[in-house]
Amino acid sequence: MVTTVIDARVIAELVPDPELPMLTLADLGVLRSVDVDAGGAVTVTITPTYSGCPAMDAMRDDLRRSLYAAGYSTVDVRTVLSPAWSTDWITETGRAKLAEHGIATPGPARKRAAGPIPLTLQPVQRRVSCPLCGSPDTEELSEFSATACKALRRCRGCREPFEHVKEI
Amino acid sequence: MIHDDSAYESLADEHGGDARWAFGTGFDDPLSGVDTAIPDGVDAADLATYCLMLADDALVMSQRLTQWCTNAPELEEEVALANIALDLLGQSRLLLARAGAADPALPSRVAPDLPHEDALAYFRGPTEFYNVTLVEADNGDFARSVARLLVFSTWRLALLDRLTTSRDAVLAAVAAKGVKEVTYHRDYAARWVIRLGDGTALSHGRMAVGLEDTWPYVGEIFVSSDVEQRLAAANVGVDLAGLRAEFDDAIGQVLSLAKLPFRDVASTVDTLGRSGRHSDALATLLAEMQVLARAHPAATW
Repeated sequence: MVTTVIDARVIAELVPDPELPMLTLADLGVLRSVDVDAGGAVTVTITPTYSGCPAMDAMRDDLRRSLYAAGYSTVDVRTVLSPAWSTDWITETGRAKLAEHGIATPGPARKRAAGPIPLTLQPVQRRVSCPLCGSPDTEELSEFSATACKALRRCRGCREPFEHVKEI
Repeated sequence: MIHDDSAYESLADEHGGDARWAFGTGFDDPLSGVDTAIPDGVDAADLATYCLMLADDALVMSQRLTQWCTNAPELEEEVALANIALDLLGQSRLLLARAGAADPALPSRVAPDLPHEDALAYFRGPTEFYNVTLVEADNGDFARSVARLLVFSTWRLALLDRLTTSRDAVLAAVAAKGVKEVTYHRDYAARWVIRLGDGTALSHGRMAVGLEDTWPYVGEIFVSSDVEQRLAAANVGVDLAGLRAEFDDAIGQVLSLAKLPFRDVASTVDTLGRSGRHSDALATLLAEMQVLARAHPAATW
């Protein structure tokens, strides 16, 4: 029998993120697994970036639609909450695409020391270069921005504001 | 001109399956595919009630923060408060869904045909909410709102951090995500308390009043209900009394930099949120939050 069905994993990996459409779900690190059983039923697992991520429903719909279009008739998209998503899971390809689109990429997520979580009372000094002009002289305006995963910064060189995917 | 009665009608129109963004009610189950088995030796109704407590704290706090939209002093603060509200709403959705999965009789008693999280958020009355009274009080000015957010997020961070080792795998996972989020919330509130407290005479005075208005609610948040005590003993929940030292230490650090005193005042609040005994402020908040969902159950737009 000749099969023309494209590998389900390839299909799922190409689905773009609804909020950062320059990235695929695989680039962002939210696509955790794609399994196809002997009968051709596909099970995809995804994890939310933040608890309140409003894009989870859209991701589920997009994954189902893409896999149906590729010929898979049984598709189950499951949520997995543990381990919690980290910006460390954004792939190198994903980081390159973010930078191309003027969004500064996250550094390594903060490692947790023993004991209570310490307060951070001053803006964290991060080496974030301006994605527009390349100047290393940038400052944080707010740890919150247009989506849950981004902070707002400003370049002291070209004076333009830009977004930064904050470490989590 | 839009007539009052047709505005809701147009909002509730069906848009078919291709709508990319759903608002309102009728979302997919946020725990879709997550194993919601109940840990050995734990009463399902207790677990459901406990999830409601943690969900209601987050949901009501989220709704209060959302009321700052279009009212915050600067656009950046508006965005920050909305982001914090969204994180808490997300935590609440997961916890409400977990409550419904643990005890399906709970949501079906109030709204049998709706998704569990919608039934529990929109169809319970004020006496069936178990949030601590701290979160339901009016926002007041920006200083009072950041004072409350500091107290709330310091307390919730200590709570969630302990909950990451819960024997309930869903609670442990929700807590692990929440810890990362609430760490940012607490830093945000702490920086504002310091900036206003250690600012001008006017900002210092208003920050002092904001904190004074908040202290009477603090006693209640360290008193565990019977359900919390039972679940803490079963290594599923957290005993609130055990959070006090960590709370005092973090609040003390912030207040000393803000040049403001901590006052351990006796509660003057005649409410006990964990028992469903609330102030009138909650009824007003819920009326606003629930009116659309009750008029048009399961509407999306």
